[in-house]
Amino acid sequence: MIRAAGVMKSFGARRVLRGLDIGVNEGETLVIIGGSGCGKSTFLKCVIGLLRPDGGSIEVDGVDVSKVQDEVQIAEYRRKFGYCFQEGALFDSMTIFENVSFGLRYLTDIPVSRHRGIARDKLALVGLKDIEDMKPAQLSGGMKKRVALARAIAAEPRCILYDEPTTGLDPIMSDIISELILDLKKKLKVTAIAVTHDMKSAYKIGDRIAMLHEGRMIEVADPQALKSTKNPYVRQFIEGHREGPIRMKLREYGEE
Amino acid sequence: MITRALKTVGSKMLALAQSAGKAAMLVRSSVVWLARSPLEGRQTMLQMVRIGVESFMVTAMTSFFTGMVLALQTGASSKRLLNEPLFIGTVVAFSMVKELGPVMSALVVSGRAGAAIAAELGTMCVTEQIDALYTLGTDPVRYLVIPRVLAFLAVLPVLAIFSDYSGVLGGCLVAKLKLGIPTSVYWHDVFDYLENKQFFHGLIKTYAFALCISYISCYKGLTTTGGAEGVGKSTTSAVVMSMTAVLVVDYFVTAILVAIGIT
Ligand SMILES: Nc1ncnc2c1ncn2[C@@H]1O[C@H](COP(=O)(O)OP(=O)(O)O)[C@@H](O)[C@H]1O
Ligand SMILES: [Mg+2]
Repeated sequence: MIRAAGVMKSFGARRVLRGLDIGVNEGETLVIIGGSGCGKSTFLKCVIGLLRPDGGSIEVDGVDVSKVQDEVQIAEYRRKFGYCFQEGALFDSMTIFENVSFGLRYLTDIPVSRHRGIARDKLALVGLKDIEDMKPAQLSGGMKKRVALARAIAAEPRCILYDEPTTGLDPIMSDIISELILDLKKKLKVTAIAVTHDMKSAYKIGDRIAMLHEGRMIEVADPQALKSTKNPYVRQFIEGHREGPIRMKLREYGEE
Repeated sequence: MITRALKTVGSKMLALAQSAGKAAMLVRSSVVWLARSPLEGRQTMLQMVRIGVESFMVTAMTSFFTGMVLALQTGASSKRLLNEPLFIGTVVAFSMVKELGPVMSALVVSGRAGAAIAAELGTMCVTEQIDALYTLGTDPVRYLVIPRVLAFLAVLPVLAIFSDYSGVLGGCLVAKLKLGIPTSVYWHDVFDYLENKQFFHGLIKTYAFALCISYISCYKGLTTTGGAEGVGKSTTSAVVMSMTAVLVVDYFVTAILVAIGIT
């Protein structure tokens, strides 16, 4: 469903994505792992058209978003997606209910009278209740994260992009969220890309796991194969060792 | 040395031209969205109330005192030149209606509502709330910019009219208490010479000011980068730029209005 080929993206002199190739099939969950600042969020934002790649193409259902110029057409393209932001990005002038139901107004034809019920259901899915009338500032970090997730799935998009959905949650809650992501996949057949550092959750939700390093996917494999990978970079990352090729590369990076 | 200075000036000019271009794009895309999507009525109303309520008292106060000082100055000058304070009401009313009412209210609104908008949109920008708007099926231009621009267009003229009134009232107070001019004479001076033309002269300006302030504040807010510090910077520069723009645009609009005879 999603085909990214040769995606490049730089911020000034900083070359973040350097020819990234990856495909995601309909109904599949792809997990992207990789060190902090290696460009995972940048890639997700390119996919949903928030950032425009400098080169390469990202095709979704045959439409190459990097070529679409018209802002109204990009808006149309984005309707397929739900996006769960790394820091939540909740609207802090609105209540939780208004946040969760926000997309329903613009992405669906569901009458306003049903919004409250839907918002309550989605919040229940992420383990929250009776917070509809609070403001985001009154919630803890983990609660905000879950509200953001509820908001991303409220309009039941065909494809969901999760940016570190379990970071900052306690182990039990992060397992609940992993289950929820699995559930959405099974019940609604959503296609998903999930960025995460949480290897436990990555093995659980991922049909395939891809590792992003220095702007490219250095390995794409299913969870079982990944566990026994030969690639020293991937080994070091999934086992979480201090010593290894990645650390040396980081040092080289500083000298660039 | 000189080449370096030239380079700096050059790159500053380029950056300026670039942001002017981007601001023009903002105006363009707001026209596109206004034509292609329904208006955010609730947001527009909310912004109107906010801008109006925030700026009303300050505008009324500053204009009242401006009217007072105008009467006092005119009184003193005309006493020196003509030995008696003449046409105080006329001078105060003309100055307020054509110039000071619109300008004073625009400056107050830049400082209050303009700053508030730049800070709010700036914060939304650095916390990815603007990106979130995109992913939830709307657009910052449609959801944030258009309601604010329309609210400014609706509210600033009203504020300017209030400002005119309170300025003329302030002048009346000083004329009576300090200059000993009877109230009826003052009001005759006001209304014997004031025509609809002058009123429109002031009104047309407020629309130009409203467009300047709202677009500059929104543009500054939406292009914020660099966290809390960035929000502070763009807020300050939004206020400085709007105030400058108001005074500069004031001259050119006046020149045009004078040229076509609306004076
Ligand atoms: N808007 C931006 N402007 C400049 N640099 C950016 C911007 N967004 C991200 N970067 C840089 O790109 C790199 C990748 O960022 P990101 O995609 O957020 O990493 P992560 O993999 O942790 O999600 C970082 O080094 C970051 O500094
Ligand atoms: Mg990230």
